[in-house]
Amino acid sequence: MAAPARSERWIPHFVLAVGVAIFVFPIYFALIGSTHEASVIGRGEMPLTPGRHLIENYAQAWNLGSPVHTMLTNSFLMAMAITVGKIAISLLSAYAVVFFAFPLRMLFFWMIFITLMLPVEVRIIPTYKVVSDLGMINSFSGLTVPLIASATATLLFRQVFMTIPDELVEAAKIDGAGAMRFFWTILLPLSRTNIAALFVILFIYGWNQYLWPLLITSSREMETIVIGIVKMIGTGDAQTDWQIIMATTIFALIPPVAVILFMQHWFVKGLIETEK
Amino acid sequence: MRRRVIFDNKVLPYVLVAPQLAVTLVFFFWPAGQAIYQSVLLQDPFGLRTQFVWFENFTTVLRDPLYLGSMRVTAIFSTAVTLFSMGAGLLFATMADARIRAVHVYRTLMTWPYAVAPAVSAVLWLFIFHPSIGILGRALLGLGIPWDYKLNGVQALILVILAASWKQVSYNFLFFLAGLQSIPRSVVEAATMDAGPGRRFWSIILPLLSPTTFFLLVVNIVYAFFDTFGVIHALTGGGPAKATETLIYKVFTDGVINLDLGSSSAQSVILLLIVVTLTALQFKYVERKVHY
Repeated sequence: MAAPARSERWIPHFVLAVGVAIFVFPIYFALIGSTHEASVIGRGEMPLTPGRHLIENYAQAWNLGSPVHTMLTNSFLMAMAITVGKIAISLLSAYAVVFFAFPLRMLFFWMIFITLMLPVEVRIIPTYKVVSDLGMINSFSGLTVPLIASATATLLFRQVFMTIPDELVEAAKIDGAGAMRFFWTILLPLSRTNIAALFVILFIYGWNQYLWPLLITSSREMETIVIGIVKMIGTGDAQTDWQIIMATTIFALIPPVAVILFMQHWFVKGLIETEK
Repeated sequence: MRRRVIFDNKVLPYVLVAPQLAVTLVFFFWPAGQAIYQSVLLQDPFGLRTQFVWFENFTTVLRDPLYLGSMRVTAIFSTAVTLFSMGAGLLFATMADARIRAVHVYRTLMTWPYAVAPAVSAVLWLFIFHPSIGILGRALLGLGIPWDYKLNGVQALILVILAASWKQVSYNFLFFLAGLQSIPRSVVEAATMDAGPGRRFWSIILPLLSPTTFFLLVVNIVYAFFDTFGVIHALTGGGPAKATETLIYKVFTDGVINLDLGSSSAQSVILLLIVVTLTALQFKYVERKVHY
């Protein structure tokens, strides 16, 4: 293949640089906004360069009336509970469906499979009613358990388990390993990378939940960071403490962005595999 | 789908599926059943009497000009979000697939917006397009454009489309890039013999990408329908004058704010049918076209 012409070489760089700039653009202004005084932003005179109130604003955001760290903790616990819960119950059910023969196996599989078609938003009001009937409003279990069932994770693990060679299972059985021993000592270690990949996707899914926590939590102690920021805006007029909101927004962005950047390899793998 | 070698145990498999099955039954089937049940019932405003009304809730909903308006908003909104985020994703993926230096750096820089919550994306763009404090909002006013998304429905719609598309580009970028990289080099190289880059893209690469494109089409429509609730709730609250009230937002306002269970359930069932149709289409098509 002939070397690309000179013009063909700089076009990709240019287009990608523009793309990256568009992505970074709003984050840049959030960062700038978080370093100025409320009055400067309120007058609409925010400069394009950082101000001198960075430490002050972030310290204030961290210590506000409804402390940001409580909201961050809530978001973190919610994301972790959803992630670990989904992975755990999906591993178990996929294991049952693939490695055992039992009556109703296909029925169970289809019952799980069909939930793929029912995102929580579609059945939001009746699910809210069920959770309310069970007395789980404003509780951590009400916030997380209904989001734990996931056909995607089960389907992924089912696919992984199907590729395990029969000889391996045979050998384990001959060596006297029972079903649970096989699961713990052979199957789980073999599924490590898939679990890591799924972890990244699900953590972000959990962290970014909006409609469900909005309905389920009304007490401030339960508030997640994403909901908290939107509530801080309120009517959104010029008197709002924008510098604090922007500092909080940066706090809210750090955990999921860090997870994606540090686990990028697994993230891409997980994304492509779970969806296909 | 079962394996040849299996474990024999009469009880264990039931124990293993029990947790997932329990959650699925309680939080999926029971509420979905409730939605269908409620959608054929009519309750008086005080919740004292309930009457079975066949499809009356559905006909009421489908004849309601407000519902039809919300359908129109959803159609415009999801078409725009899908086109923008897929178009930008494909453009950047094509560029990153070119054999240039530092592709990995670009890929990393293009991936992270996936982590931004839709509602947070809304907050970021609100700060930029706010009419009195936002840098671009003020710039538009300075140019003599009467910019105020809180009063102007079209502007509000543009802003929610922007905030919803911005964070979704990464997703499309990653899938298009994976799709492009799975096209054999030899095919592309053979095409360079007798076609320019434009022709090569339209008649070789794009058709080979069609499974990815179709898959992404469905995913993006579902995203625009449901996951963008946070964007709209944070930016406009469905307003002004319902200009940004999508179907899912209307389910929320009718069910949670107006407490009209019958109508809200009928709307949920309609949404459910839309999702089932989309998913079924996707499975049928992707299943058939996956080996090209």
